[in-house]
Amino acid sequence: MRMPTPDPLALGQYRQLIEGLRAIVPGEGVIVDERELAAYESDGLTAYRQLPMVVVLPETTEQVAAILRLCRDLSVKVVPRGGGTSLSGGALPVADGIVLGMSRFNQVLEVDYLNRTARVQPGVTNLGITRAVEAHGFYYAPDPSSQIACTIGGNVAENSGGVHCLKYGMTTNNVLGVVLVTIDGDVVHLGGSALDSPGYDLVGLVVGSEGLLGVVTEVTVRILPKPETARAVLVGFPTNAAAADAVAAIIGSGIIPAGMEMMDRPAIHAAEDFIGAGYPRDAEALLIIELDGPEVEVNHLIERVVAVVEQRQAGSIKVSTSEEQRLAFWAGRKAAFPAVGRISPDYYCMDGTIPRARLPEVLDGIAAFSRKYDLKVANVFHAGDGNLHPLILYDANQPGQLEAAEAFGADILRMCVKVGGVLTGEHGVGVEKRDLMNDQFDEVDLDQQRRVKDAFDPSGLFNPGKMFPLLSACAEQGRMHVSGGATRFPNIPRF
Amino acid sequence: MVETIRVTSEAMAAETIASAYAQGRSVEIAGRGSKWPFGRPIHTDMRLETTGLAGITLYEPAELVMRAGAGTPLEEIEAALAANGQMLAFEPRDLGGLLGTTEGTQSIGGVVATNLAGPRRCVAGAVRDHVLGLRAVNGRGEVFKTGGRVVKNVTGYDLCKLLTGSFGTLAVFTEVTFKVLPAPETEETVVLHGVDAETAVRLMGRALGSAADISGAAWMPAALAEGGDRAFLRLEGFGPSVKARRRYLMETIVGGTVEATVVEAEESHSLWRNIRDVRVFHGRWGQVVWKLAVRPSDAPALLQRLGEQTDGEAFIDGGGAFLWLSLPCPGDAPAGLIRGLLPDGGHATLVAGPEAERAAQAVFQPLPAPLAALEARVKASFDPKSILNPGRMA
Ligand SMILES: Cc1cc2nc3c(=O)[nH]c(=O)nc-3n(C[C@H](O)[C@H](O)[C@H](O)COP(=O)(O)OP(=O)(O)OC[C@H]3O[C@@H](n4cnc5c(N)ncnc54)[C@H](O)[C@@H]3O)c2cc1C
Repeated sequence: MRMPTPDPLALGQYRQLIEGLRAIVPGEGVIVDERELAAYESDGLTAYRQLPMVVVLPETTEQVAAILRLCRDLSVKVVPRGGGTSLSGGALPVADGIVLGMSRFNQVLEVDYLNRTARVQPGVTNLGITRAVEAHGFYYAPDPSSQIACTIGGNVAENSGGVHCLKYGMTTNNVLGVVLVTIDGDVVHLGGSALDSPGYDLVGLVVGSEGLLGVVTEVTVRILPKPETARAVLVGFPTNAAAADAVAAIIGSGIIPAGMEMMDRPAIHAAEDFIGAGYPRDAEALLIIELDGPEVEVNHLIERVVAVVEQRQAGSIKVSTSEEQRLAFWAGRKAAFPAVGRISPDYYCMDGTIPRARLPEVLDGIAAFSRKYDLKVANVFHAGDGNLHPLILYDANQPGQLEAAEAFGADILRMCVKVGGVLTGEHGVGVEKRDLMNDQFDEVDLDQQRRVKDAFDPSGLFNPGKMFPLLSACAEQGRMHVSGGATRFPNIPRF
Repeated sequence: MVETIRVTSEAMAAETIASAYAQGRSVEIAGRGSKWPFGRPIHTDMRLETTGLAGITLYEPAELVMRAGAGTPLEEIEAALAANGQMLAFEPRDLGGLLGTTEGTQSIGGVVATNLAGPRRCVAGAVRDHVLGLRAVNGRGEVFKTGGRVVKNVTGYDLCKLLTGSFGTLAVFTEVTFKVLPAPETEETVVLHGVDAETAVRLMGRALGSAADISGAAWMPAALAEGGDRAFLRLEGFGPSVKARRRYLMETIVGGTVEATVVEAEESHSLWRNIRDVRVFHGRWGQVVWKLAVRPSDAPALLQRLGEQTDGEAFIDGGGAFLWLSLPCPGDAPAGLIRGLLPDGGHATLVAGPEAERAAQAVFQPLPAPLAALEARVKASFDPKSILNPGRMA
């Protein structure tokens, strides 16, 4: 991965930097030892590694502000970091910068049940929010499958999604406010518990800004009452087109399921071989459709969903009648990534979104690329909202396969854009897709975005080398690879 | 009258702005004019009108997406959606009656520019939560796009959010792509009689945080709701679900002590249309109308302070998230006084009032200095010469 050339000036100020940081964050919050720094050298995109100059772990917003002023004065770059689970290299360090780790910001500051909000520090994990409120019957809706490890600060930066965002929205629809510290050390309160804050919607801009605009030191989220019931329907189809048609028919009939997931034949088989979830092996495609809400409503909608799929060549239909069964339906889907990891030395996970109606043709296209590159692929798909996760199987030890997998992945993402979709549905651009941005945006679009970046961070110190294509055309494209099952977060189910 | 250019293509919009940019001429951006008296009065060198950029260009009900020219009449969009059992879930307000313009004359571009969502705001989100993609001309006369036509999209900055609610001060929208949702099969409203604001906000808060899953929560004092203080809780959705939730709401949340009645179907529908459009304040000539946004549980105390210190009338929407306040005489309660009564984190917008009043007061809540400076830089990143609706958002 090519990163911007390190700035000798910044590197030359190492001593001042360390002294300055130590004056701000006493004790063990300043990490310089190379062995300790190694823990921060990459994120969930483990193919790329880079030691930062130093890691600093502040505890207060004032410390963050002082650190940022110091970095601005010394022209040192800043890579904010939450749980380090980014799959696009968003938290990849830079050689001439610091990593600003938010792990000590781990407090739930206030839960307000009457107003249905929680004010938390950014280092609280996604699941940590739900844990803090579940005793009162509430939860935080966006549920990335990394939720035990990823932080709400990282979720805000990536605008993360989950299997339930079809009904409940992404992070951006569930965040009411943030406290942002700018590169000048200004602390600005954006949004808050009162809706529709005055001025421009900077909360909406900061969510999804991949750590390029400032450091988030507090987040106010919306919490929701936990649905009374959830039930799922598991349906096998003879063709991908029939499954896609069923998805369209369900939504077209006025039903928005809590989640609607699809797997293709290779993914079904990998999952069955791995955990034996009882998926139909003879199906070309499988749908898991989950309904949640009041029991009466769920039962009513289950009937309607079954009626819709029955008219659409469904092979086998199973409806969960207990919580155990519902979880069993999900087990194969949740095991899809590790299952694929078992049958292939390496795999590479993509994250494009397409208009749903184009699914059959996109799957055909992926199959054609698979033949062209002579690499297998398994597809899992957030079918309800068109977010596709093809898993490209390869073996990094075979000469040329890694490059072929990368070219294959880029072809898929370009095809997503060509049919009216986008490069990334939830994992972010990061370093990974930065150089594909020109396929989705023209220079005017990108320049407008760059000027917005400049409005916040004129000297480009926040998270350089991410999101925007490097000016040089020959920059290689970065990728998320999982090698020999040695994933960074092996225990996290992947969606 | 200043020169008005009615653009009929995106290219024409870009040329118009580019030449204004070159000449440093300021431009008022207008859709169909339904909300022109909302915001600080502005005086510009020319006026650009988007009504020529009209028409639905993409509608795929099964994909929950629609795309239309920015000048497309909202009625046309809502009719197309209704024909497919769908809707704009944010429930766009029609302020024509309140602002003294004409009802039923909004453009989709204007709806997005003002981010004005209706009573369903508290559960379904604002306009900003439904805009998927925009094409627009910035203050340099350049056409740019942001977002797309798919719901799940994190590619690049989410400029859709930034542009939604920017009142034409960042860019001229030419085309809007938005998420649509199934319209509820049925609706009804539980009316609570004789509840004061405090009780109402508490009950509404509990209902919003429960399996009752209400989609509207408003309270009106006796003076505005003939026959006593009343709270309105809306239930929407599938028939059997609405019935079950009504029972839950009545038995578990409201309990036996409060008198409750149910209003169904069309009657419920028109009740919420009236709340949406702030109808109780229509036709009060000379009034100043404020929209106050607060943490819901702060609403009752604010209401009390307003009652003590102004001779205005107010009602509650969004379960307490919003208060709509009408003051009879301009000048009686200046912005400073109103804003001084707000609880921490609250903000106030002067939505309707005589031109002189809107010129004299800060229509939008003033921002703290570092934030104001940041916003000014963001504005400049789109519109460096400040030619688009200059001053409108002050
Ligand atoms: C096994 C696995 C499964 C996953 N499943 C999903 C999924 O289902 N859905 C999904 O959307 N994603 C998924 N992801 C991706 C990842 O978990 C999300 O992107 C997550 O939001 C990253 O959070 P984090 O705390 O780990 O952030 P990091 O990886 O540490 O950082 C991510 C980005 O956020 C920035 N950042 C972090 N904290 C702050 C802050 N306080 N202020 C400013 N910027 C900050 C960083 O600079 C970086 O750009 C998965 C990842 C893994 C490894």
